[in-house]
Amino acid sequence: MAGIPGPRGGAAPEAAAEAGVRANRRAAWIAVLPTAASAVLALWLASGPGLVYLTGAAGPAPVGRTYGSIVTGGVPISLTLQADALSAMLGVLVTLVALAVQVYSVGYLSDDPRYPSYSAFVSLFTSAMLLVVYAGDLLVLYAGWEVMGLCSYLLIGHWWEDRGNSRAAVKAFLVTRLGDVGFLFGIFTLGVAAGSFRVADVLAKVPEMSAATLVTATMLLLAGVAGKSAQVPLHTWLPDAMAGPTPISALIHAATMVAAGIFIVARLFPAFLAARPTLDVLAVLAALGMLGAALAALAQDDLKRVLAYSTISQLAYMAGGLAAGGDRPAVFHLLTHGAFKALLFLCAGAVIHHVGSNLMSRMGGLRRELPITFAAMTIGFAALIGIPPASGFFSKDAVLLAMERALSGGLTDAAALLLYGCALATVAVTGAYAARAWLRTFFGEARAVALPEPEPGTAHVVGVAEAPRTMLVPIVLLAVPALLLGFAGSPHVDLPLAAVSVVLALLGAGLVYAVWRADPLADPARLLGPLRGPCARAFSIDRLYATLVARPVLALARLVVRTDETVVDGAVRGSGRSARGLAGVLRLAQNGNVQLYVSGLLAGILLIAVGAVMLT
Amino acid sequence: MTEAVPSYLSPTGQEVVFLLLGAVAVGSALLVVTTRQLVHAALWLVVCFGALAGCYLVLTAEFVAWVQVLIYVGAVVVLLLFGIMLTRAPIGRSADLDSGNRLVAALVAVATAAVLVTVVVDGFRTAYAPLKPGAGAARELGASVFATWVLPFEALSVLLLAALIGAIVLSRTDIPGGPPTDESGGD
Amino acid sequence: MHIVYPVVVSVLLFSVGVYGVLARRNTILVLMSVELMLNAVNLNLVAFDVWLRDRLHSGQVLTLFVIVIAAAEVGLGLAIVLALFRNRRTVDIDHLRALAEPDGPAQPPPPSADGAPGASGAASTERGEGAL
Repeated sequence: MAGIPGPRGGAAPEAAAEAGVRANRRAAWIAVLPTAASAVLALWLASGPGLVYLTGAAGPAPVGRTYGSIVTGGVPISLTLQADALSAMLGVLVTLVALAVQVYSVGYLSDDPRYPSYSAFVSLFTSAMLLVVYAGDLLVLYAGWEVMGLCSYLLIGHWWEDRGNSRAAVKAFLVTRLGDVGFLFGIFTLGVAAGSFRVADVLAKVPEMSAATLVTATMLLLAGVAGKSAQVPLHTWLPDAMAGPTPISALIHAATMVAAGIFIVARLFPAFLAARPTLDVLAVLAALGMLGAALAALAQDDLKRVLAYSTISQLAYMAGGLAAGGDRPAVFHLLTHGAFKALLFLCAGAVIHHVGSNLMSRMGGLRRELPITFAAMTIGFAALIGIPPASGFFSKDAVLLAMERALSGGLTDAAALLLYGCALATVAVTGAYAARAWLRTFFGEARAVALPEPEPGTAHVVGVAEAPRTMLVPIVLLAVPALLLGFAGSPHVDLPLAAVSVVLALLGAGLVYAVWRADPLADPARLLGPLRGPCARAFSIDRLYATLVARPVLALARLVVRTDETVVDGAVRGSGRSARGLAGVLRLAQNGNVQLYVSGLLAGILLIAVGAVMLT
Repeated sequence: MTEAVPSYLSPTGQEVVFLLLGAVAVGSALLVVTTRQLVHAALWLVVCFGALAGCYLVLTAEFVAWVQVLIYVGAVVVLLLFGIMLTRAPIGRSADLDSGNRLVAALVAVATAAVLVTVVVDGFRTAYAPLKPGAGAARELGASVFATWVLPFEALSVLLLAALIGAIVLSRTDIPGGPPTDESGGD
Repeated sequence: MHIVYPVVVSVLLFSVGVYGVLARRNTILVLMSVELMLNAVNLNLVAFDVWLRDRLHSGQVLTLFVIVIAAAEVGLGLAIVLALFRNRRTVDIDHLRALAEPDGPAQPPPPSADGAPGASGAASTERGEGAL
């Protein structure tokens, strides 16, 4: 909540503040009540199929209706909404997380003058995500997809007075838009090949489509998936998107929007299964992404950036699961990740609210001051690392199982091996960075940070209490599914693999603990050695993009401007000048010399006479 | 009118004389328009008028020739010389008697000559008139003027009167409206 | 007498007169050239009168009338020239440019006309109402 200008009142400032508080309260009711109602409705809708998607059993038929059809001259767009097992589950996830975030924001942004617009955008975002989840037609889904991107831009730039925040918002918007172009063309390819944009029709026609069509369409769709779900190479926007308020990070960039990419692959999974090259590409990208992002998370100082890179890594995990042919484990991991990552972000928000800074080097020993937050965040980290009985353990195990199965078929050997190896390495690194964040935030000595000199007449009020009730209640409520969601859907645990993953995770965590114990004040990331710099800069991919893409584009833009000024404007000005010159020549006929006039006259008469004689 | 046309290759004596006088006229006219001395131009003009009077004589128009000498050489040239004197024209050579339009003027003049000569020669190639003296005598012309052309004659005298009055008015310096020697501003 | 001879002489005289009107700088020389043109016309009239043997003698009578009118015209013309001289101290036609369009602001370089050294130091202004 840095750098917000206070409400400017024409009347006394207290009256203006009063009015602002009342407006915020009204907006809070408008935000929370409909979200709660939609959560209830989503739960009711999901009560039919339940969790059958995860168990693999055949659920009830999808319910839905077509509300109209748009004639396009080619393939028509049908306005269809449809709820099946997958979308029912995700609808519950979206509405519950949105409700938690709305309630949390009431406390987090209580004195923000722009809270009403903020909560309105969150509501808009929720409805767009629900449109994506419940869409029965690919272009209706795309409409929701784009509105989500817009809301993400609006919400990341909530504190746009700081130039960095608005730049981060624009970066997020542009990078995801870049992927969305490919996404749209993928939709077109699928729709034209199937003769309809409806999801049911497309999936029914998949066996008849040629391999080339399927590979093209799925590769193009992958572009959108990479953009929205922050996969390599379009992942650069997510760490910078942490410039937005923490509840936004929890909602959009942990639980819902970034999950949309995973969701679309799961939705159109038969098409992806039939296109082997796409799965290979997805596997390689996922492998690189999960390990690279985990290493980058290990070297970050900003707590939210650790969580951001962790999100990229976990999403790569899910993408890898999808590439290995396990759509159900991937969606299961999506659900658990939504719960524990939202929990982690909300707790981080409480910590940051308390400390006043994002940087872990300013934190330490907070477990005594923030007990509830400490407990919830411990549960969250346990789920992230994958320690039983937290939910993350079951979903990670299922994904690893799918990847091990892919070693014997489904993917090319090299891709499958790379994926499996990177997944196991990532388990270890995940343990390491999660332990590092946990230790540096809550253990060690409390750091005393000198506050700036207060204004004369005022005093700093240092809040030693924990966060307000509106922030704590969602945290506690989210801790429950983070802990227990693993038992839903009667998961099946593969014991040898589970043991390997737990051992690896504890190995990573233990290493970090040992290094930390040696020097509690220093950063355990020093065990990365010379790699620490590149990891902290996320392997300088941003700089690479700036050099490869941004600079040439800017140079081209400057060239275009210069061409417009010199060539186009020059032509315009030149035409003016040449008209002037021509006029100057014509002015000779009026220079006042009478003899010239008479000469012209006589010459004309002679020409007419000769012409008359010659032509008749 | 169109009798048998004798050949061009055997000119009569009248034709030879006429051609010589014509050459003198055209030559002195050329000198009028190209000479660098203003007064010489007026004097060459006299020669030209004189030659033309000779031409008229050859063409049996003796009254016209006499009037030509009287009016043109006697009055018009004198008037022109007076004008040269009163406008302080440079006596002797002056380099700037030809304006910058020389080239255009020459072109136009040559074109005019070409067109007209072509038209005329092409049209009147077969025109021939045997010259008999007496048709241009004073008695004939006088009878014609005062019988057929008396109205234009009277109008002409009125025109002369108008010209006379106009010249006087234009030359007077004491009539308001025309600043006599005002050369600064407002010119 | 072949009529072609006097007619060609008259055409040549006329052309010379045209050249003089268009190329000479002094106004009085222009008047002289006009006289040349009129004389050419007279010669033409007389030649045709002789050829056609007109009973009305219209050619020669018209020649007389033209002579009279030419004399009147010379008189008036010289009066005008004198008035011009009194006003502008010059009879140089190149300096009499009152008919020209006045220059507006920020014009391209004016067309290179002849730069007359100026026979007399008269103020040759570009715009001026002038009595002429």
